[in-house]
Amino acid sequence: MATIPADTRLASRRTETGRLRAVVEAARQAPRAAVVILGGLILVAGLADLIAPYDPTLPVKGAEIFAPPFWMEGGSLATPLGTDFQGRDILSRLIYGARVSLLVGLMGTLVAGGIGTALGILSGYVGGWVDQIIMRVTDAWLALPAIVFAIFLAAMLGPSMWNIIAILGLVYWTRYARVIRGEVLSLRERDFVKLAEIAGASKLRVIKKHILPNVMNTATVLASLTVGVVIIAEASLSFLGVGVPPPQPAWGLMLSEARATLMAGQWWLTVFPGACIMLIVLATQLFGDWLRVRLDPQLRNL
Amino acid sequence: MARRDPVLQVADLQTHFFTFGGARVVKAVDRVSFALNEGETLGLVGESGSGKTTTCLSIVGLLPRAGRIVGGSVVFEGEDLTRKSQRELRRIRGRRIAVILQDPMASLNPLFTIFRQVAEPAFFHQHLRGRSLRERVQHLLRAVRIPSPEWRMREYPHQMSGGMRQRIVGAIALAGGPRVVIADEPTTNLDVTIQAQYLDLLKDIQRETGVALIFVTHNLGIVAKMCDRVAVMYGGKIIEQAPVRELFNNPRHPYTRALLGSVPKLGSKEPLYSIAGQPPNLANLPSGCSFHPRCPVMLPRCETEEPGDFHLCDGSVARCWLVEGTHEAGAHRGRTGS
Amino acid sequence: MAEPVLEVRGLKKHFPVRHGLLGRGKTWVRAVDGVDFAIQPGETLGLIGESGCGKTTTSKLILLQETPTAGSIAFEGRDISGLRGSELMAYRRAVQVVFQDPFSSLSPRMRVEDIIAEPLEIHTDLSRGAIRERVEAVLELVGLPPDVAPLFPHEFSGGQRQRIAIARALATDTRLIVLDEPVSALDVSVRAQIINQLEQLQRTLGVSYLFIGHDLATVAHISHRIAVMYLGKIVESAESDALCARPMHPYTRALFAAALPSHPDDPQPERTIAGEVPSALSLPSGCRFHPRCPAAMPVCSEVEPTLQPRDGGGVVACHLYG
Repeated sequence: MATIPADTRLASRRTETGRLRAVVEAARQAPRAAVVILGGLILVAGLADLIAPYDPTLPVKGAEIFAPPFWMEGGSLATPLGTDFQGRDILSRLIYGARVSLLVGLMGTLVAGGIGTALGILSGYVGGWVDQIIMRVTDAWLALPAIVFAIFLAAMLGPSMWNIIAILGLVYWTRYARVIRGEVLSLRERDFVKLAEIAGASKLRVIKKHILPNVMNTATVLASLTVGVVIIAEASLSFLGVGVPPPQPAWGLMLSEARATLMAGQWWLTVFPGACIMLIVLATQLFGDWLRVRLDPQLRNL
Repeated sequence: MARRDPVLQVADLQTHFFTFGGARVVKAVDRVSFALNEGETLGLVGESGSGKTTTCLSIVGLLPRAGRIVGGSVVFEGEDLTRKSQRELRRIRGRRIAVILQDPMASLNPLFTIFRQVAEPAFFHQHLRGRSLRERVQHLLRAVRIPSPEWRMREYPHQMSGGMRQRIVGAIALAGGPRVVIADEPTTNLDVTIQAQYLDLLKDIQRETGVALIFVTHNLGIVAKMCDRVAVMYGGKIIEQAPVRELFNNPRHPYTRALLGSVPKLGSKEPLYSIAGQPPNLANLPSGCSFHPRCPVMLPRCETEEPGDFHLCDGSVARCWLVEGTHEAGAHRGRTGS
Repeated sequence: MAEPVLEVRGLKKHFPVRHGLLGRGKTWVRAVDGVDFAIQPGETLGLIGESGCGKTTTSKLILLQETPTAGSIAFEGRDISGLRGSELMAYRRAVQVVFQDPFSSLSPRMRVEDIIAEPLEIHTDLSRGAIRERVEAVLELVGLPPDVAPLFPHEFSGGQRQRIAIARALATDTRLIVLDEPVSALDVSVRAQIINQLEQLQRTLGVSYLFIGHDLATVAHISHRIAVMYLGKIVESAESDALCARPMHPYTRALFAAALPSHPDDPQPERTIAGEVPSALSLPSGCRFHPRCPAAMPVCSEVEPTLQPRDGGGVVACHLYG
């Protein structure tokens, strides 16, 4: 009389293949351009050793310096996108540069997200003077101009890729903290959190099992939107000479080195790296936007 | 007594929702027919997803963008409202047909005084101004038993309690002098004693003005107290329609019977009759009779064929195969008939 | 008589409220103002009243979400104020709650099995296998098939979610469940399912309920005893049958008069009371109900009545009855 008949529409989505299918299905709905660009860049960066025709740090044997791209007069297919002032192949440098940009961009975002989310949760859930302290620190941090602060830290810590990642993480965590704290403040009042507290769950348990999973959506969306910012920040740092140190190629560094030549007519030295930066930021922004629209309505459903 | 034409006649109304760019069609209202006479209270009973609110919205033309009336007619004062433009409907809404909704805070604008909001219909429809407008507002507020209307009308909604706000909404509804008032669960958010006061008020107003009332609710107690006739909705269709006494004394449809049996009665500790399962998803209705998966007396036929309306001699109509062929059944009017 | 599961004496909770131009004035909202009741093992006490009566605050006090301003709450004989450590955990293990809104009571990103397992993980050392067995057993108790365990809450209807919430409340050896309007947000045809389920669980497991509601018929059906609250005090309390047969306090009678009929031919009561519940910030003098009471006498505005025994058992606080 009162029992519910067995639900046939069962655990099909909970099996491993079911989950994989769900992910693939979701990926297919993502904006094509963004997925293609990002996917392509990730592949290129990963397979750089295999794809790049030359060593990016050494001049190409037998090639001229300042050789233009192959479709222009004086260019050759051996160095399809031209060479720079040392005779190094631009294409190879772009390929290896993708690695730096992607790595620093993603890792930096992760570090920023990690710090920011943790502090946001702590601030929002624990409240009291912990909240006050963290919020005042956030305010102070936000008052510092990001790039200037990054330059300062880079000058202090010295150049290396991991230092740059850490620095970018330290500079950009504040926006996470603010937003996540807001989410947590409203989550805290929801019935299921109160129920966990009434059931005797410790603060740590509530955070781990109830708060964290429910802020992940917001954190993910924020992350995808700030990847672009971090990449530009890295490029800016490289441009100013305090980024990833040479001879490792970075797109921002390429821009910096070629600054003098822009007016001299060797446009390929700046346009190609600039176009790459633009592409990757555009792709991440598109992806982040789509993710936000996709995840937010579900958030409201829950 | 001469039988006058009904004030509102809904015939074979069909409203569908088109979602996902037309890929999914939800039949929110599926061939609903009823008539409302002057001074009468019709109860529209149903649970969530039964289509009762959509029916009301269809009548006054306030469907959300995804919804569309695809068939049937709504005849009011001799005209079919489904054929009217939004501009024409605006002249009727609020003036000849008024709507009272569930949440008074959603109906009242927090930025305007009570006076301004109650005066609005009289200002626009009856073109009252100045002193006569003020007097009209006070008259309306007194009609809904708001004490000290002269200074209450200068207040704002947030300064009043839920019960009072709902009365203000009632005053606004009456301001245009309507012939029909549609009240969609107006007392759900009110305390029990406030609800009783409000229902008594509605009854008094109806007696004084002769307005016809459609009362949408899921609460059978309200139906017992307020309604003259009842239409029970399930899965977007009216599955039973009867005068109120007949419905309570002799419910024909198994759903009506189950619903009546599942409500606790004061003073009785008998175990409640519970219906298995839950109300259907309008996007995914069962085949045949929409109630068959939950029906305790289902016939094999119920799974495949949707029953039509069966008229009975005591004035009831029921959509159930079990009713067909009973000695009380009068003329069989299937879905093709009209 | 066995020791009551829960005994509340002189419970008070006053909230400070600042007012005045610069927030200098301070008054108190006396949300709960001297409440006594006891719940026996295997029994349901119904708490009924309208907005502002204090029933929600009472439940928060019992669940230790607020601390009382005065009075005591004793669980199986032991005072629960100032409980710490393992004693506090023992209390939390034995007293659970089911809230009104089925759509926010369940953690949206946790599977049903994890939701129900949570109290077990917090309070017991059971192995994963033992926990899973217990989860399946409890799901069956509430009438859900065990294979719904891996699913997420959004795949269930409101009624099913309430069952899951009840299952979680029963996961550990619960002695008392506070049910705060558990069926008010459910469809009518589903309410009976849940009420029947709750009654059956009480018969099988002997768990006690504090059932908070606003619908008299529902509360009277499921409760053994009913306490009627008004503006922070209990005005009448008796066994369900006795109260329904003969409500004595004018407010109780108003609630009965306001209750909707179950048949159109049921006698319509005389006019219900007028006015609304006054603000808790400015309580009437003497008996709090006297401004709205049809039977008010001069003494009612001066002296506050105390709870006295009434005919047919129970207590009532009204000058009409001595």
